[in-house]
Formats: sequence, C-alpha cells, structure tokens
Amino acid sequence: MDTKRTVFPSQGLPYLLVAPQLIITLIFFIWPAGQAIKSSFEREDPFGLSTSFVGLQHYARLFQEPAYLASIGRTALFALAVTLISMGLALVLAVAVNRLIRGGTAYSTMLLWPYAVSPVVAGILWWFIFNSSTGILPYMLEFVGVDWNHQLNGAQAMILIIIAASWKQISYNFLFFLAGLQSVPQSLNEAAAIDGAGPFKRFWTIVFPLLSPTTFFLMIVNLNYTMFDTFGVVDATTAGGPNQATNILVYKVYSDGYIGLNLGSSSAQSVILMLFVIVLTVIQFRYVERRVQY
Amino acid sequence: MKNLNRMGLAALTLALSTSVAFAATEVTWWHAMGGELGTKLEEIVAGYNASQSDYVVTPVYKGSYAETMTAAIAAFRAGEQPEIVQVFEVGTGTMMAAKGAIYPVYQLMADMGADFDPAGFLPTVVGYYTDTEGNMLSMPFNSSTPIMYYNKNVFEAAGLDPEMPPKTWEELEAFSRQIMESGAADCGFTSGWISWAQLENFSAWHNQPIGTLENGFGGLDSEFVVNGPLQVKHWENLKRWQDEGVFSYGGPGGGADAPAKFYTGECAIYMNSSASRAGVLANAEGFEVGFGMLPHYEEVEPQNSIIGGATLWVLQGADEAQYKGVADFFSYLSSAEVQADWHQYSGYLPITQAAYELGQSQGYYEANPGSDVAIKQMTLNAPTENSKGLRFGNYVQVRDVIDQEFQALLAGDKTAQQALDDLVSRGNQLLRDFQAANQ
Repeated sequence: MDTKRTVFPSQGLPYLLVAPQLIITLIFFIWPAGQAIKSSFEREDPFGLSTSFVGLQHYARLFQEPAYLASIGRTALFALAVTLISMGLALVLAVAVNRLIRGGTAYSTMLLWPYAVSPVVAGILWWFIFNSSTGILPYMLEFVGVDWNHQLNGAQAMILIIIAASWKQISYNFLFFLAGLQSVPQSLNEAAAIDGAGPFKRFWTIVFPLLSPTTFFLMIVNLNYTMFDTFGVVDATTAGGPNQATNILVYKVYSDGYIGLNLGSSSAQSVILMLFVIVLTVIQFRYVERRVQY
Repeated sequence: MKNLNRMGLAALTLALSTSVAFAATEVTWWHAMGGELGTKLEEIVAGYNASQSDYVVTPVYKGSYAETMTAAIAAFRAGEQPEIVQVFEVGTGTMMAAKGAIYPVYQLMADMGADFDPAGFLPTVVGYYTDTEGNMLSMPFNSSTPIMYYNKNVFEAAGLDPEMPPKTWEELEAFSRQIMESGAADCGFTSGWISWAQLENFSAWHNQPIGTLENGFGGLDSEFVVNGPLQVKHWENLKRWQDEGVFSYGGPGGGADAPAKFYTGECAIYMNSSASRAGVLANAEGFEVGFGMLPHYEEVEPQNSIIGGATLWVLQGADEAQYKGVADFFSYLSSAEVQADWHQYSGYLPITQAAYELGQSQGYYEANPGSDVAIKQMTLNAPTENSKGLRFGNYVQVRDVIDQEFQALLAGDKTAQQALDDLVSRGNQLLRDFQAANQ
C-alpha cells in the first residue's frame, strides 16, 4: 500500500493538530497508568498518610494466591464465551436483517436498543429476570426440573453474567457486521449464484472472508469489552459471588481496591490486566491479522 | 434607566447572597442513609439549621456505606474532604488507624469548648468507638443490633403460640418443622447479614471470642479464632437446615433477598437489624409481626449482642469556625429529643441514657411492643471481652471472606470446619496486611 505524504508549511502545525489527542491520551491514559504502576510497587494506607516501597511483593503474592489464579481462568472462560456468543449471534442477526427487503431499519433500530442501556441497568434487568425467589426464569425453569439459584451455584452465576454481558454487546457487533455485509459487492454473490453455489457456500466462501476485517476488529473490541467494561454487569448481578465464582479480573481490581482499600495489590492487578490485554492484542495483530483480507 | 435598575437589583442580590454566606459557616456531612432514613436525616439537619443562624449543615447522600467511606477517603487524598463523614462499624479499624486524617471527637469537643458528657452515652454503644484509654473517637449516630422478627399469623396457623417466639436454636428448629409440616409457610427462617448476625453476633451472644486480644481491641496483632466448636456446630446446622428448607439463604452482604422471603410469607422467621423495624412493619402486609431476641443454643446462657451501624467521623483540614459548627451540631444531635425521635422513627438504638429514659417517660415502649427488644438484648449482661464488640483492620474485606466461605459451605464445597478454618487463615492474612501497612 502506498501512502500519501502531506507536507505542512510550518514545523509546529502537525504537532499542534495532534496535540488534543496526545493531551487526552496523556491525561487519561498514560498518567493514570503510570500512577498504577508506581503504586503497584508500594504499600500504602488508604488515606495516603504513609507509603513504603515494597518492590515486587504485591505481584509475587498475587501469583501465589489461589483466588487470583482461579480468577484468571475464570476471566478467560468469560471472555471467550462472551466474545463467541455475542459475535456469533450478532452475525446471524446481521445476515438475517441484511436479507430483508422491507423493515430492515426497524429491526436494526430495535436490535440496537440494548447498546443504549447502561451496563448497570442491563445487570439489574437480568438480576430481576433471574432472581431466585421473584424472577420469571427460575419460575419457568422449575417446570423443566432445573433448580436455579445463582446465589449459591457458581456455574449458574457464570452463565448469568455471560448472558447479561453478551446481550449488551450483541447490538454493537450487529451494527458493525451489518455495515460490513452491506459493503460486500452484490456482483460477487450473484456471480457465485450463477456458478451454482448455494447460500451457505456463498456465505462461507465469499461473504465471511470479505467480512474478516470487521470480524478481526470486533474480536479486539470485544476482548477489551469483556476485560474492562463488564464491571457494571457483574456488580449489578452477582457482585463477584457466590464464593468468587464470578470474580473476574476487572471486578477483583475494583473490589480489592475500591471496597477493600488495598491499593497496592489492586494496582498490581490492574497492571497485570493491562499487560494481558496488550499481549493478546499484539498476538492478534501478528498472527490473526495475516489471515485478514482487506 | 431600566437597565440601571436591573443592575442595581443584581448588585443588591449579590450583596445579599454574599452577606448570608459570610454570616453562616458551612459544614458538609457525607452520609449513606437512603430512602426513608435519608429523608428523616435531612429533616433532623433542617431542624438544626432552623434552630440557630451561625452554621449551616449540608447533608450529602453518597451511596452505600462502602461507597461513602471510599468517597471520603478519595476526597481526603485530593484535599476536598467533607468535615463530617458517616462510616459503618466495620470501617472503624481503618479510620482509627488513620491518625493524621481524623479529628477525634473527644478532642474536638474539648478544643471547641462544647457541652459534652461522654458518661451520658450508653456504654455498650460507645465502647465500640473508644480508644484503649476510653476516649470517644467518633460520634455514634445510628447503631443497631440484630433481632428476630416473626410472622404471628403463620405461628397461629401452625398451632404455635403467636406470643411465644423461639428462645433457643433447638426450639427454632422444632417450630420451623412444625410450621413447614402444617403448610403454614414453606421455610422456617431467613437472615440478613450472615457475617454480622450468624457469626459475629452469634459469637458474642454465646460469649465466644471472635479474635484474640479482646476481639482486636487490644492491638493490631490480633488473630481470628472464630472456628471454635460452637460456631462450627452452628454453621453445620445452617448448612443442614438450608438443605432441608428450614433455613433459606438471602444472599451475601446485607442479604438482599432475605426481606422479601419474610414479607411474602415464604419464611416465618427473619433475623435482621433492629433498624429494619420500620421496613418490616411497612411491608408486612396481611400479617402481624412479633419480635424476639436472637436464639441461643440450650447449653449456653445468652450473653449480650453487639452493635452494627455507623458513626460520624470528623476529618482534618477544616478551619476552626467549621469545627465549632461541627461540635455545636454534635451537641444538638445527641440531645435527648433528637435522639429519641431518630431512635423511635428508625429502630436504631438510642445512644444516650437520656434518650432511652425520655422514650420510657413518653410511654413509647408500651405503645410499641417489641421496640425495646434490641436495647434489652444489648444490655442483657455486662459485656465481656468476647461481647463488647470487635475491632479489626481490613474488616470490609474480611466480611467478604465470611460471605464467600459461607457460600462455599452452602454449595457443599466445604464442611463447616473447613470453611471456618479457611475463613480464619484468610482473615488473618488480611489482618497481617493491615498491620504491616499501619505500623
């Protein structure tokens, strides 16, 4: 790909133009991240009255703590499940809406609604639906012999947060998939149809590969979503319980730091979480992107 | 001319507003009282503001107890802290250790020359918030203790005496089975605050230690010992009762699902804070509510229960005029009339002897049966080392650990002994962390 080179008349102008973005990144990302790294090496009382340097103690302790290691595994399961479910369903819905000749806009609008719901409200909605004593779903599940009680059953609690987090994200994925589908040239599909390819064959050999930039982009966005933005959903539905069964990494950062006021360990956890996401994104760009056709 | 007039008016308004601001010193109070309690609190503050013209107290609702406390701490770090903050009892250890951040109430009252008599407060309430020399560090505001509520109609339908709440756990189990067999209710009992009611208060009520060194009052190197035989027995029973439907778990923390189980008549008996009284009476539709003390096991005589709730801490960094206002406001808050009103409205304990006596002379306790159960239970016996309260650092996290181990027990992942042993070792780890950070 060749790039165009723009020549600015003065030396300062380009810097001035990127300055707003740089300032925002510095203030809202680099500086807090730096603070987190700094305090992950320190032990401090909540009020910040006494601070001592403890080196890597917080990190060492975390990796000896069974609860933390379990939380990593749990987060992986959660991230994978939410990404697969929300992207899979979004793709199905997008394909379905894309085939519609009439009413496509109405469907799209309705499918986008969940995205406008704040994570906490989404969590509360699912909390109501799944509430073991007053919810509608446990009531119906009883007829098929399922005793739903996510307050004690860790697996059920995990299912609950996966559903709640996926539901929120389907809208976003749907929108991008739909846009991606609409940019697939109709002529390719028609040519394949004339050659005798059925709808499934056409989808897998033409549409899906052409969607790969969208799919790749969404994978990264969804991963970041599950790692960082699912806090509200977890807080409103299970608060990490029962017995930490839904205590995913981002929630543990919050509960140890904000509720427990253990700032050092919480900072160390957020640094580790940041590293995880950086590493995963790098892997995706290096290995997955090769298979993407722009 | 018209414009001039308008400007004159603006200048006048400005002058007026600034003169008001100069006259009254502002005091900010961050609190965690939502709903009806919040409205009542604002009413009390409005009463104070109307009673004098030197100070204006502004109450600000900051969310849950944990949110209020962390907001105040974050504000302190940024130099934007309020003068007064309401902190729940489990945050006491953290606040006490923050010597440079707090202005101890006994010192504040002395420095400001306020009218203040620590001897007038109920010892069982104040004891929780005094240092080892007996000085009061924070101002008790809303203290409560868990009691038992029961559904009189269900008792009657099951053939039980509706005026006789179960006194022992053995009775409670037998009553529950009779209730369930008769079909009067689906479950025997539920409980809010497992950590507070079924472990901490359970221990104090049975005179069992929660931690070494007088439950942590004696120093930061205290260790948990809450895995004694009686606690193990109780948790074993709770697990068995949960499996049999005698007990129904209401969730971690405060137990968000517990109230509904009682209100809907699903469970016949409900243990929760005495401050739930207003809510219980408002929500108990179609049945009469009875009140009783917490049950005890037959082999042990009950001791006394311990408190929960919150106190008001004064933070450093304000000027003297504001502290004078705080002291004046605290004197108003602890006056018998204000206290009695708050206590009778909310079900929180009266914090002064005078407020309790005022209620007696008003005939309040006779007119409202059950409203003095909490006070009687709190003062049943002179507190021992095991029953005067608890004071541990990082206790907010320890409470989480208690909930987690209890859930592991109910899910069948651990036996009661294992769960309590793990609770002790995980809790001790948190205590050591706190000790290291505060030395």
